[in-house]
Amino acid sequence: MNPAPLDLVDAGPRPARASRLRDLVARRPEAITFVLLVAICVAVSVANPAFLQASSLIDIGRASVVMGLFALGVFVILAAGGIDVSFTAIAAFTMYSLTVLVSKHVPGLPMPVIVLMAMAGGALLGTVNGLLVHHLRVPSLIVTIGTQYLFRGFLLSFIGTVWIMSLPPQMGAFGRMPLLQFEAASGATITLPMYFLVLPAAALVTWWILNRTLMGKAIFAVGGNAGVAARLGYNLRTVHVFMFAYAGALAGLAGIIHTCANRQSNPFDLVGTEINVIAAVVLGGARITGGTGTVLGTLLGVLLVVVVNSVLVLVGIPSTWQRVVVGGFILLAAAFFVTCQKKS
Amino acid sequence: MRTTGGQLVMLIAINVLLLAIGAAISGGSFLSLFNLQSMASQLPEIGLLAIGVMLAMCAGNGGIDLSGIALANLSGVLSAVLVGMFLSSADQEAAFSLAFIAVAVLVGAVGGTLNGLLIARMNITPILCTLGTQMAFTGIAVVASNGRAVTVGSPEPLSSIGNATFLQVPIGFLVFMAAAGLIAALLKFTPYGLWLMLMGTNPRAATYAGFPKARVLVATYAMSGTLSGLAGVIIAARNVNVKWDYGTSYLLIAILIAVMAGVRPEGGYGRVICVVMAAIALQLLSSMLNFGGLSNFVRDFAWGALLLTFLAVGRYDLVGFLTPGTRKKPV
Repeated sequence: MNPAPLDLVDAGPRPARASRLRDLVARRPEAITFVLLVAICVAVSVANPAFLQASSLIDIGRASVVMGLFALGVFVILAAGGIDVSFTAIAAFTMYSLTVLVSKHVPGLPMPVIVLMAMAGGALLGTVNGLLVHHLRVPSLIVTIGTQYLFRGFLLSFIGTVWIMSLPPQMGAFGRMPLLQFEAASGATITLPMYFLVLPAAALVTWWILNRTLMGKAIFAVGGNAGVAARLGYNLRTVHVFMFAYAGALAGLAGIIHTCANRQSNPFDLVGTEINVIAAVVLGGARITGGTGTVLGTLLGVLLVVVVNSVLVLVGIPSTWQRVVVGGFILLAAAFFVTCQKKS
Repeated sequence: MRTTGGQLVMLIAINVLLLAIGAAISGGSFLSLFNLQSMASQLPEIGLLAIGVMLAMCAGNGGIDLSGIALANLSGVLSAVLVGMFLSSADQEAAFSLAFIAVAVLVGAVGGTLNGLLIARMNITPILCTLGTQMAFTGIAVVASNGRAVTVGSPEPLSSIGNATFLQVPIGFLVFMAAAGLIAALLKFTPYGLWLMLMGTNPRAATYAGFPKARVLVATYAMSGTLSGLAGVIIAARNVNVKWDYGTSYLLIAILIAVMAGVRPEGGYGRVICVVMAAIALQLLSSMLNFGGLSNFVRDFAWGALLLTFLAVGRYDLVGFLTPGTRKKPV
């Protein structure tokens, strides 16, 4: 994969610098994401210093929690060479059915139990995905498009379509619990909520699984070449079920946080944001054909998409352009990474 | 190559069965001329998109076109905005109609060619490329229309494509059948068709055999895009307005039809006639659920379940099991 660095020593100074850059991009594609992120932030702060206010930074942090959790799940699946578009349906399913369950039947359920149930529910639906992908042997995109409609159709036809405006008190309290609170110059209180901590925690767990466990090795091996991985003795079924269940658990967690943060539960929410999440993971340097990528890159990709989505208005671009910009970013990033790989 | 008469026989059997069940449930009104006509005029939009998905899937190597409905909407919206600047749909009906159709199909072809160039020349994975263009196409449609519905009105002869009949057959359906026939002939009788299927079967062998791989890919996605443009025309003809978010579930349904038709997601095999039959079966089922008064959400649920069922049918070769002798086991 990596070109031998020794070859570069003999080359003249200019080609060496170019190759070193390409080498860096090939090994650490997230470096580009980071540079792009910093460049956009600097440009926006110059165009409109309001961007650097604590309130807008905290807004960005808050907005990246749900998307970040989704992205970590998608990244694990992408690393193994699959793709998932059903995670938003899983999140909507678990968050809405749990809200209905808690508010109608067990109002006193403590918050940690609710969170655990959300993750278990998500993992269960993810397991369905994993088993189907493994046994049907068709591209996981097609299977998860099917399960997305299955889960969402089930939710909307059999569980409910009513927007729940008043959450059970413990869920509302969880959404409001502050981690950091201070008063801005304008007098408004700015809060960084406690649930923000979930994202770094989930990122650490994902990093640990991918880099420190046998399962992580298996996931990257399957993403590199599933046939070879199977011959090396990795159990493909276990890998498929694990990664979809893990992504499902993260989606369930994201769903419950989304509900608590918005203080309402809307069954029509979330579905439709899949492409943004996949875009974030790909912008973070994970190849869609699997085998590569890092957790750090994924988080940078999420920040990039969240920042792009929230700053367009600040620099004076109408929000109708949001899709064009993100779509353009996907194509540019894809083309860029492909070109770098070809040359190196 | 596999012989797959079995798939076609099964699809025809499903259609006959659905017609019979529909007639039995509704006491005959399901088979009335009015109902048959209304079903036939709803079919073309989704049928055209499904043929596009089929073409992309046949190309193999992860080929898929996720940008179909987005491009169809872009064609309709952009054409309505551009043509609307110069011509009025109420006063210059014929000129407006012709210009609208030409621009919409052209936008579709350009969008499809863009997909093809990105995939063939830049080597971007089809999933990623068409996800990106899907978003970009939708975005351009939003920007062009400012997020609002654009009025096309009902100028003749555009409106008759969506609403009139010829010999009791809706004209839109005739357009669809003509397009399907053309693509089928192209696949069966030209070197392009052979190249496409062989490339999908084994891309590496295709490279060594010296196929014009890039050109075949560009042509495939360009055709898929042109079909989307045509779908955009029919959407505009059937509705008074065009909007960027029309038909949000069409992406799934188009893939569902392709999978039902026995198109192999990994490439190399697909028949237009099967796609047409699968589209008809789905339309019958959809109308039947409508007759039963079920909500759209139940329909979404049913489509998801059906897609997974047909994936299982393809996986475990249930067609070959039910009709022994018509199909060789894939080795």
